[in-house]
Amino acid sequence: MTKEIIISGFGGQGVVSSGIILAYAGLIEDKHVTFFPSYGAEMRGGTANCSVVVSGEPVASPIVSNPDIVIIMNEPSLTRFEPTVKPEGMLLYNKTLIKSQPKRKDITVIPIEANAIAEELGQGRVANMVMLGTMIKKTGLLSLETLKNAQRKRFTKANEEQLTLNDKALEKGYGLLENFK
Amino acid sequence: MAEKKLMYGNHAIVEGVLAAGCRFFAGYPITPQNEIPELMSIRMNEIGGVFVQTGSEVAAINMLFGAAAAGKRAMTSSSSPGISLMQEGISYIAGADIPVLVVNVVRGGPGLGNIAPAQSDYYQATRGGGHGDYFTITLAPNSAQDLYEFPRLAFELAEKYRNPALILADGLLGQMMEPVELSDELVDPNSLAENEWALSGCKGRERRIVRSYDLRPGKLEEWNLRRIEKYEKIKKNEQRFEATDCDDADLVIVAYGTCSRVSDAAVKMARDKGFKVGLLRPITLWPFPWDVFADMSKRIENFLVVEMSCGQMIDDVKLATECRSKIHFHGRPGGGVPTPPEVYKEIEKVLGGAQ
Repeated sequence: MTKEIIISGFGGQGVVSSGIILAYAGLIEDKHVTFFPSYGAEMRGGTANCSVVVSGEPVASPIVSNPDIVIIMNEPSLTRFEPTVKPEGMLLYNKTLIKSQPKRKDITVIPIEANAIAEELGQGRVANMVMLGTMIKKTGLLSLETLKNAQRKRFTKANEEQLTLNDKALEKGYGLLENFK
Repeated sequence: MAEKKLMYGNHAIVEGVLAAGCRFFAGYPITPQNEIPELMSIRMNEIGGVFVQTGSEVAAINMLFGAAAAGKRAMTSSSSPGISLMQEGISYIAGADIPVLVVNVVRGGPGLGNIAPAQSDYYQATRGGGHGDYFTITLAPNSAQDLYEFPRLAFELAEKYRNPALILADGLLGQMMEPVELSDELVDPNSLAENEWALSGCKGRERRIVRSYDLRPGKLEEWNLRRIEKYEKIKKNEQRFEATDCDDADLVIVAYGTCSRVSDAAVKMARDKGFKVGLLRPITLWPFPWDVFADMSKRIENFLVVEMSCGQMIDDVKLATECRSKIHFHGRPGGGVPTPPEVYKEIEKVLGGAQ
């Protein structure tokens, strides 16, 4: 089983962190992983994306051109990455910030009020955690417990309050599909 | 089992260099390898080594010359334009037969180019790079694990042959994160035997001289011919490569570094569709693994060379296969990185439609 994932959004939305957390989580579950960020003339407020591959076997290419799963945090990323998703793949998008509707009929589309939910929890910037929670629930790729451990490996300097909030956001995202058809 | 850590490629180089017992780094910042000097400045301080951010790349390579002439394991890292600036120093070091490690995290060129991954410094790396008749032992990693392990191999080869060694990475390998299995056998710098040429202080012994020039008539010629003997030994003993699925192949892809990872995925796609395709990945770029090409070209009809350049390694493939096989090429210059479907299409072009 190999899952190729692209996460994309504005700089500052935690796109790179989400990717690293997924990679850590894969490592914790003894899977083969690669993480590759778009780097270059990136800036806060500009676009950022990263590719993550999680696999049962050694990863050939760390470069993902046709992802199985995309996590879309903002409007420009939807335009850019919706056409690249593999048929029968999955697209999760941040409905709070994205007004367009995804057009593809051959993939599973999951709208998530990520920023609204994150604000309710008390902090907009945990929107990425909400998205990750929903993604692992829907795909069964990694366990919730692993993701909670992985975010602690990523944010080694964060205080316990923030880490707990991240856990809550992951749980909230994980639980969302109860009401989703 | 040893501990596995998720690491940036650039960070893996730092830990690999320290694990190899190197305690001297001099360098000047440049993207996409800045994570190397950044972490090195912290780690050398922790471990009691030397970290110098020099005023320029020229200063860095000359400091390296000095540290290595004193018999110590010493390294620098840079990216393409910075490595160009170092060429004079590398030539001097090669001329003085001194082992050092230089890491090039290649970016798009020529000129200032861009900061995207590239493989366009292949000629420079494998043809000496600076002036004069010389070669540097050149290793091509393709994973964070390689980036961790190759510094040690590079130092060992460099010292065995008294020759500069180069690790040729690229921006993608440096910026990517992968799990790395750390070694529990770290080299203690104090355990390394003193080289018989090292300038370690001549009190109580005969004086030693390290230099790259000899003005006496005929002497430099003799010296260079002796160096050629050394190169012949390296060529004979140190060719390294990795061959996958080549035995029954109608086409073998030749790629190193990032391109070998991308091509590996393309080979899997092709095999799934019934094409008999293999992958030959040179690990040493100099010495190039000529022998395996000479052998394979007797039965392999097609080689497809994939590079992030306008085509440089392809010359070595042509030389090594001596016109026995057809050589095809797919290249992405200026920071372009090929994708697996793109390489797969090239395979289809050569071998025809789906099998």
